[in-house]
Order: sequence, then structure tokens, then C-alpha cells
Amino acid sequence: MTQPQTPQTEETPARRIATDFAASHLAVAGLATLLLILLLALLAPLISPQNPYDLAQLDVLDSRLAPGAQSGDGKMTYWLGTDDQGRDMLSGIFYGLRISMLVGISTTLAALAIGLAAGLTAAYFGGRTDSIIMRVVDMQLSFPTILVALILLALLGQGTGKIILALVVVQWAYYARTVRGIALVERRKEYIEAAVCLALSPLRIVFRHLLPNCLPPLIVIATVQVAAAIALEATLSFLGLGLPITEPSLGLLIANGFSYLLSGKYWISFFPGLALLLAIVSINLVADRLRDVLNPRLQK
Amino acid sequence: MLVFVIRRLMQSALVLLVMSVLVFAGVFAIGNPVDILINPQADQAEIARLTAALGLDQPLWRQYAVFLRQAASGDLGNSFVYNVPAIGLILERLPATLELAVCAMLIAVLLGIPLGLWAGLRPDSIAGKSIMAGSILGFSLPTFWVGLMLIMVFAVQLGWLPSNGRGETREVFGITLSFLTRDGLAHMVLPALNLALFKLSLIIRLTRAGTREAMQQDYVRYARAKGLSMRRIVGVHVLKNIMVPICTVIGLEFGSLIAFAIVTETVFAWPGMGKLIIDSINVLDRPVIVAYLCITVILFIVINLVVDLVYSLLDPRVRLAAAGN
Repeated sequence: MTQPQTPQTEETPARRIATDFAASHLAVAGLATLLLILLLALLAPLISPQNPYDLAQLDVLDSRLAPGAQSGDGKMTYWLGTDDQGRDMLSGIFYGLRISMLVGISTTLAALAIGLAAGLTAAYFGGRTDSIIMRVVDMQLSFPTILVALILLALLGQGTGKIILALVVVQWAYYARTVRGIALVERRKEYIEAAVCLALSPLRIVFRHLLPNCLPPLIVIATVQVAAAIALEATLSFLGLGLPITEPSLGLLIANGFSYLLSGKYWISFFPGLALLLAIVSINLVADRLRDVLNPRLQK
Repeated sequence: MLVFVIRRLMQSALVLLVMSVLVFAGVFAIGNPVDILINPQADQAEIARLTAALGLDQPLWRQYAVFLRQAASGDLGNSFVYNVPAIGLILERLPATLELAVCAMLIAVLLGIPLGLWAGLRPDSIAGKSIMAGSILGFSLPTFWVGLMLIMVFAVQLGWLPSNGRGETREVFGITLSFLTRDGLAHMVLPALNLALFKLSLIIRLTRAGTREAMQQDYVRYARAKGLSMRRIVGVHVLKNIMVPICTVIGLEFGSLIAFAIVTETVFAWPGMGKLIIDSINVLDRPVIVAYLCITVILFIVINLVVDLVYSLLDPRVRLAAAGN
């Protein structure tokens, strides 16, 4: 008689989440695409055929070439064509993804930190603090993101730092409201009561006990918001309010190609748009799956 | 009810005042419009004259006081660029934007509710799954890129529809409208579709979620037991109950449609308020920027108020709660 082989590994939460996540092929495909995009963005300077920001490397004679065309000096092939300044679209897209990811991730981290602090403060202290913070949040959320960001950028001017600032201002309120909602529910639970009875300091209760239990839904929102930030940055850049023309992000590359779209030169707008789309869809697919996996109510 | 409306109106006036201070202070902080408007070869005297003519030599608080007094009488100053009243400039463009937004909302509602119902009643069918996949795509696609692709396919490649402007318009009570002429309608198809896409996805998801929840309720089971037809159950009982959140969202999202029209109008060269504000930001035409913001804020306040009122009419429970307070 042989004992049935039982798996040695324990069922840890991380392992369970990973297994659940992998059950959806679509989500795994999304994650793979996302990792690939992150890799491309990170390695952009190493793998790009050309530095799209270095004007000395651009040849105006090569401008608006169709995908697959050879450069004038015969040294390289423009697999995705060139834009109106002779910039290789493939390199432009790699560098553009880099900016998009940088903007998306840093915006989300900063907005998450501010929103967490505001939401936890509102929920833990309640009373007047709560109503002041939430009044500001409500007022801000009653205006569409694009309008607020547009006005801020009109005031601040162009630049990567400024666009991140504008997006953080737009996004922190979502986290604050969500965190407050969750924290209010968690606050009434027994483990917080127990912690209070143990006379732990409020800081310790908030950060060691309250915060970890608020995190799962926040992870989902943060993932969605990375995609939202990337889309908003692209939109603002498209409108000419985001990043300077010397360092084109995906939105600006698309805007550059807009005027040539009507004459059939589709590639200048199409390929950066496709890259943007892949980035956003893959993030949303991952977020959609995370929402199901992290929701305890849907656990069997 | 009256007390509620009055209280809301007072809150709104406060929001408007706060916004006007913020906007005025903010707009004042950006660049000097004289630099952009004046001939580069102008001498010092000419610059001073223009600055004085625009009222920019006054201290900030006095400029604001003048602005506020004039705003109260409906005068938000003249556009630096067109030299006509800014508010008139915006109001002139308002019908184009509203027309586009209403048309987009109609598309979103008339397509979104049936599609959402379908996906909610048959969540595991191929059609249901495709509708949901489509709605994820609709959420993910950036509006401006979809607009470009619509132009590329339908205007450039196929040549079916025009890609910019409003086309032939017709005046009704002094308001120019596009949808009354064939040409105008053709011009409206692509921008309206573009603007509608995001809201369409939202309404599909909302309707689907509401339908799935409602189908498990006791009243649906009871209606079934009574032998009512599926059509009547869905058309009367389910639809009535899921309409409350949908109406709220339609109302609230209408405001954001007007804001997102900025993007669609830029892509399709639709001569609405959104295109005007982008042009004005680029040339720092302060009065127009301020007027745009004031009008948008007022629009939002009115929309939010109407949504609240309609909400209480649709859902008796809300009315009872308000009366109980």
C-alpha cells in the first residue's frame, strides 16, 4: 500500500490567487502582453533601431515613408514607417510606451498614497475631518477627469512632471472615497476593537491593522487607474496639452499623424494607437481578473 | 421638496463662487496674453496701451471684482482674440455641442439597454459574451484614437461619410441645428458614434448587472409563477427596476459627455464649445476660458439638480427617505 502523494506545498494566499488568476486564459494573455510591453518600455534605449529624441539621427529626407521602406542611406529598414520628421515609428513607439508607463505608474502610486492617507484619516477620525475631506472629494468627482486635467495643464504648462501632477490631482479622490468606504466597514469589526482594547497607538492600528485589510479592492482600482492615466495622458498629449513635441509620447505621435490620415498615410497614427490600445486592454484584462480573484464573496 | 431645491440652489451658488475664484486666480497665473496678441515689433507704449485696454494693469483683486460685477450682469468680458463678448461666443457654440451630446446619449441608450438586457438574460451565450467583450473594448479604447480610426475607415478608405464640420445646418428659433438636413445628419454620424462609444459600454454593463440581479429577485419568480410572459416580466417588471440606476448614470454622464466632446470635436473639427476651448487655451484667450468654465459649471449644477429630482420621482423610496428627514 502506498500513501497517496499529497502536495508538499501549503495553500498560501499568494498561491491561491495565482492559481485562480491562471484559470482565465484571457487574463493570462493580458498579463503576458503587459509584461512584454513593460519589458519593451524598460529596454527601449537598447532595442530601438534609432533614438527618436536625438534630432541628429533623424533624416528629414526619410520622412513619411511607408512601413517596410529602406532608409535613404540603406542602413536600416523602417518596419513601421516613419513620421513627418523622418522618425522611425518603431523606435518612437518603444520610447512612447516608456513615457506612458512612467506616467501611468508614477501617477497611480502618488495618487494611491495621497488617497489612502486622506481616506484612512477621514474614516478613522470621522466627524468634522471626515466631512471636510469628503466634501472636497465629492466636489472634485462631480467634474469629469478630462475637464479638471485640461484646466490644470492649461495653467501649469507642458512637461512630464506637470502632467503627472495634473493626473494625480484628478485621481486621488477615487482612492480616498473607496478607502473611506472600506475602512468604515472594517473599523467596526472585532479585530480593530481588540486592537483598541490593547491600547495600541492610532498610527499602529491604522497602518498595521486597518490598511492591510483595505488593500485588495484598492489593488484592483489602482490597476484600472494605471490604464486610465495612460489613456488620459495620451488624450491630453493628443490635444497638444501634455508633453513637449521634442519627446513625443504615444498620444503626440498619434496627433502628429492625424494630419496625414486624410491622405492615406495611416501608419503614423495607426501603429502608436495600436500600441496604446494593447497597453490599455492588457491592463484592463488583468484588472478584470484580479477583481474576481480578490473578491472573497466570489470564492467557492 | 421646495426646501430641498432651495438648499441645493444655495449650495450650487457657493460652488459657483468658489469655482470662479479658483478659475480666475488660476487663469490669471498663466502667461501674459499681451505677448501673444501683439505684433512682436510693438514698442513699450503700444504694449502698455494694450495692457490698459484689456484691463490687465489693474491689481488682481480689482480685476476679479470687475469680473464678478460684470459676470452677475451676464457679461464675462470680451474675447481678446475675436473682440466680441466671450459668453456670446460660447453660447453660439453651445447648440452644436449639445446636439452632438444628445445624439450620442440617444445612441448609447437605444443600443445599450437592449444589448445589456440581452447579455444579462443570456450571460453564457456566445452573443452575451461577445457583447461583454465588446464593452471591455469600448472602455479601453481611447476616444480620440477611435475617432481617428472611424475617419480612416469610413471617410478615407470607404468614403461613405464626411469627416469634419457640421455640414448643412438649418435654423430653428435662431438656433442652428445639423440633424434637420440630410447632409448635416451625415456629418453627425461619425462624431456622435465616437462620443457614444464609452457611454454605450457603460450602459451595457450597468443594464447587464442590473438584469442579472433582478432576475433572481422574488418578484420575478412570483411573476413567473403567475404565468406572465417573459416579455412582460422583462419589459415591465425588470426594466422598471433597473431604470433607476440607469437614469442616474445617464443624467450624470451627460455632463461628462459635454466635457469629452472636447476630444471628439477636436478630432472631427466639429465647431462646438470644446473646440473653442482648446483653441482659446492655445492662445490664452482668458475671458473665453473663464466663460467656458462658468457655463460648464452651471450646466453641471443644473444637470445634477435635475438628476436628483428625477431620481426621487422614479424611486418612491428616495422620496420617503427625504420626507422622513
